[in-house]
This record gives sequence, C-alpha cells and structure tokens, in this order.
Amino acid sequence: MTVLAAEPRVRIADGLRHTGTLAWRTLVQIKHNPFELLDFSVQPVMFLLLFTYVFGGAIAGSPGDYLAFGLSGIIVQNLLFATLNTGVGLNTDLSKGVFDRLRSLPIARWSPLAGRIVADMIKQAWAVALLLGVGMILGFRVATGPLEVLGTFGLLLVFGMAASWMSVLVAMLVSAPEKVQIFGFVLLFPLTFASNAFAPTDSMPGWLQAWVKVNPVSVLADAIRGLLNGGPVAGPVTQALLWAAALLAVFAPLSVWAFRRRV
Amino acid sequence: MTNAIVAEGLVQRFGDTTALAGVDLAVRTGTVLGLLGPNGAGKTTAVRVLATLLRPDQGHATVGGYDVVREAHQVRRLIGLTGQYASVDETLTGAENLILIGRLLGLPRRDAKARARELLAEFRLDDAADRAAGKFSGGMRRRLDLAASLVGRPRLLFLDEPTTGLDPRSRNEMWDIVRGLVADGVTVLLTTQYLDEADQLADEIVVIDHGRVVATGTSDQLKARTGRQTVTVRPSAEADLDMIVALVRLVAAGPVDATGGVVTAPVTDPGALAHLVRRLDDGGLAVAELALRSPSLDEVFLSLTGRPAPEGVPA
Ligand SMILES: Nc1ncnc2c1ncn2[C@@H]1O[C@H](COP(=O)(O)OP(=O)(O)O)[C@@H](O)[C@H]1O
Ligand SMILES: [Mg+2]
Repeated sequence: MTVLAAEPRVRIADGLRHTGTLAWRTLVQIKHNPFELLDFSVQPVMFLLLFTYVFGGAIAGSPGDYLAFGLSGIIVQNLLFATLNTGVGLNTDLSKGVFDRLRSLPIARWSPLAGRIVADMIKQAWAVALLLGVGMILGFRVATGPLEVLGTFGLLLVFGMAASWMSVLVAMLVSAPEKVQIFGFVLLFPLTFASNAFAPTDSMPGWLQAWVKVNPVSVLADAIRGLLNGGPVAGPVTQALLWAAALLAVFAPLSVWAFRRRV
Repeated sequence: MTNAIVAEGLVQRFGDTTALAGVDLAVRTGTVLGLLGPNGAGKTTAVRVLATLLRPDQGHATVGGYDVVREAHQVRRLIGLTGQYASVDETLTGAENLILIGRLLGLPRRDAKARARELLAEFRLDDAADRAAGKFSGGMRRRLDLAASLVGRPRLLFLDEPTTGLDPRSRNEMWDIVRGLVADGVTVLLTTQYLDEADQLADEIVVIDHGRVVATGTSDQLKARTGRQTVTVRPSAEADLDMIVALVRLVAAGPVDATGGVVTAPVTDPGALAHLVRRLDDGGLAVAELALRSPSLDEVFLSLTGRPAPEGVPA
C-alpha cells in the first residue's frame, strides 16, 4: 500500500507524446488564424525590406552592402520579438481556462509548456529560413558552408528557447495576453536597438557603446555574422551560449515560481 | 453504497481571503451532489481542490478512493472537469478540440477522431465540427466544453456552474444531458447559484456561504428545515372570500394575503390543513382549490444565509 501511495510519474516517452500532441495543437491554430502567419512571415520580411532599402544605403553605402551586415541583426531581432508568442499563447491558455483543462488531464505536468515551446521553435526555424531565403534573393551570400548554416539555426533556436522564458515569466505575472505584448515591446525595443544589430556602433556615445558591447543581442548578432559571413566564431558563439545559459538559469526558475503562485 | 468523493475540513486561503473555511462533503457513487451558494461562496475553489488543480492549505479529500494531493495523477485518470468558464481552445474547431483531448488521453488518431464525431453528434454539434470554437454561441461552447470533459468516459464529473449565463432553452438541454449521464451511472458534483437547478438535478444539496457549509440534505429536507409551509385557498364563489380570509387567519402563522381572489398564508402547525378543512366544512364554504405548499428553495436560502437568493446574475 505504501509503495502504491506515491504518485506514479508519467513515463518520459508518454510525456514526449503529450508534448508532440500539444505542439500540433499550437501549430494547427495557424490554419484558422491567418493573422498568426502574418505575424511570423510577413512582418519579418517587411522589416527586412524596410531596413535594407530605407536605412541600408545610408548606413552601409548600398542596400547590398547593408545586407551582409544587417541581415544577421534582423534575424536576431525577429527571433527575440517572436519569443513573445510563447508568452501570449501561454497567457491566453491561462486566462481562458484551457490550462486548467490540461492540468486536470492525466498527462505529464511539463508537457503543456514543452509543447508550446516546441511549436514556437518550429515557427522560429521557419522565420529564420524565410529571412535567410528572402535575404539571398535580395543579394545576400553565405560566405561559409552548410555546417555553419546549420550552426546558425542551432544557435538561434537554443538562444530563442532560453530567451522565451522571459516571456513565460511575463505571461505568468500579467492578467491578459495583450499585456504580454506591451511589456515585451517595452523590454525588447531598447534591448534590440541599443545593440550592433542594425547599425555599426562607432558613432554612438561612449556610454551606449559600453552597453552595446555586452548586450546579448550584439553578442548573438556577431556570432551569426561570424557563422554566415566568416570571421571570428568561437568567441561570440561561446558568449552567446553563456548568455543563453544565464537567461535560462534566471528566468526558468522564476517562471516556475510565478506559475506555482498563480495556480 | 460507497462515497465517490469525500472532503474533510478543506481550508483554502488566497492572501487575506479565506475561500474555504473548513468544508466537509461526501458524494455517494452514482448520485448528483449540488453545491449551492451565492457568488464568491467558494464553489469554484472547492471544485478546483477536488479536481487536483489546487492544493488545499488544510484538510484532505479523496476522489474515487485516491487522495487529491498525494495521488493526483490517479484522480485525474478518473475525472472529467467542466470549469466555470468554457475552457475550449477558441482557435481550434469543435472537432479538433475533442481530438486534442482524445490524443492526450492516449487514443490512437483514428479512435480520437471517431470519439470526437460521436460526441459532436450526441451534443448536436455536428454542423459546427469544422468551425472555430471562438465563433460558437454560448450554449454551443458550453456543450463543447462538456463534451471535451467526457472524451475519456470519466466515471466522475465536476460541473462548475454549467448553466450560468445560458438562455432557458440551452439550460434545459444541459439539464437533459446531465440526467443522461447520471442514468449511465456517472457521479456528478455540480455547483450552481440557481436553486431550481439544484432542485431539478441534485440528489443531495450542500449549501455553502463564505466558504462554510451552512446546510446539507435533500431538497425536501432543506425545505422542511424552515418549518414553514404555505396554505392556498381559492373560493368557489367570490362572495365567500372575506369569510375564508377570516378562517385562514385562525390557523395562519403570519400575514394573510388575498390578492387576486386567492387566499395564501404561512403556516407552521402540521395540523393546520386538517383544521382548516373542518372549519370550511362547518361553515359550508365550497373551495375550488385547497393546497399546502412546501417553501421554495429561495425561501430556504433566505432563512439559511439571511440573504435573498441571487437573481441568476452570472458569476
Ligand atoms: N486565485 C484567487 N486569488 C485570490 N482570491 C481568490 C482566488 N480564487 C478565488 N478567490 C476568492 O475566493 C472566494 C471564493 O471564490 P470562488 O471559489 O470563485 O467562489 P464561487 O465559485 O462560489 O463564486 C472569493 O472571495 C474570491 O474572490
Ligand atoms: Mg465560481
């Protein structure tokens, strides 16, 4: 009896199956809500075109030259803004009661969150591929090889996954999905723009340069530039991975704490 | 007969609010328990504790013999939960919502689809199978929500205010569905603010207020607790009205009303009716109607909580 009293853990294999089902659920939503497609397809491409043709010439001499520098930054910026999807979706589930329904089912406790993160990573991979593809149509050339391109996807997804815990935390703390958006924008605009993602940093004031150097967005953009354009890779990639580890170490436990407090 | 659900001394606090202040209840297997109380009484909190969504601060509960805290996973295998607010995924279609649950419960894709079709037909949602749930009417959404909690054929069902905000027709449909489930042997714990709903569906009623149980019993037992009934007399001839009012006054325990040619008055004496019949007979007064009516649950509610029953304002 005492042996049976302990709650049996859901087997990992079953938990992964639940995660797959819940990821499917998040992806199938796209079919019914074309706005989402707009959100993570049209919007990044629009940003890419605007930056390249409006600022590109002024910053780098010509749109073509700008792409070599700016595409990596635009990919990173899009990655970070897209992490808000995770928080918005999660908060919607919490406020609409879908999360309660899921928690009342005999499934792995972690699968609802894992399912959403997996689905969002798939969307992220799609957006990266799209930006890279459109970039190449506009004249961007990968100076390295397929292995580096694979590394680019890997690094972006690892970083994106770690950063999405920030939006998970916000989702646990605010009462409505729109607030995740607002909070996220206020956080992410300065973070992504006060970096070397879009423009070279030489003309920025000294205090800003000091921040830009350590800003994880700059670090990640440099790592992607190294991977796609050639140039230093080991340093920025290591730093980016350290940043990812730090974000995960801080925001995952905080999110779990906030989640426990909320439900 | 065994108890499917037992709760003892449940206490749940949210900051300064004590949502449950020591709730005891028991639901016999195969019956319907109505948890009746006004908005804010603690009904949803009680359901959330029993459905393993909240850990109680004190007390314990078992569902199907399993402890809701230590054996939460086993409890989840037995129960279906329909929350107070329809918790369907609004961006998925009706069918997809049900398939999702089926897949999560381990049904193969084919079986999950078949079960979804079956439930959609049963709940008259076949037409809406391929429409996004966000476009459903309130009644349809409720039915889909209930269908979602039945995918795994649970033997124990929690329904938190299943008809709040529904129009009378949808409400009647929901009642029929619940009766059907009970006929199939499902044990139901349902919460409601509506006294007539508890009266219609529940075998036993637990009245809670401010997180405390204030009364338990069948609807008849609760009505008897007020110790008050109402006598109604309709004279055959209008001319007799004054005479009859005078006679009723002799047995009445409160003010006598004679509006619309019908005499009504509260009575407490069990022999009042027999007494009245004799007096009418003696006086040679013919009546078209003579009845002794139990108090409505509304009157019971008033006497238990000191407040009138809510007018069906959604929580
Ligand atoms: N998550 C929560 N945080 C703070 N207070 C809560 C929470 N849930 C319920 N309450 C409070 O607990 C009391 C009981 O609420 P509830 O169980 O929802 O009542 P009912 O379902 O009977 O309307 C109310 O005063 C409500 O405001
Ligand atoms: Mg409630």
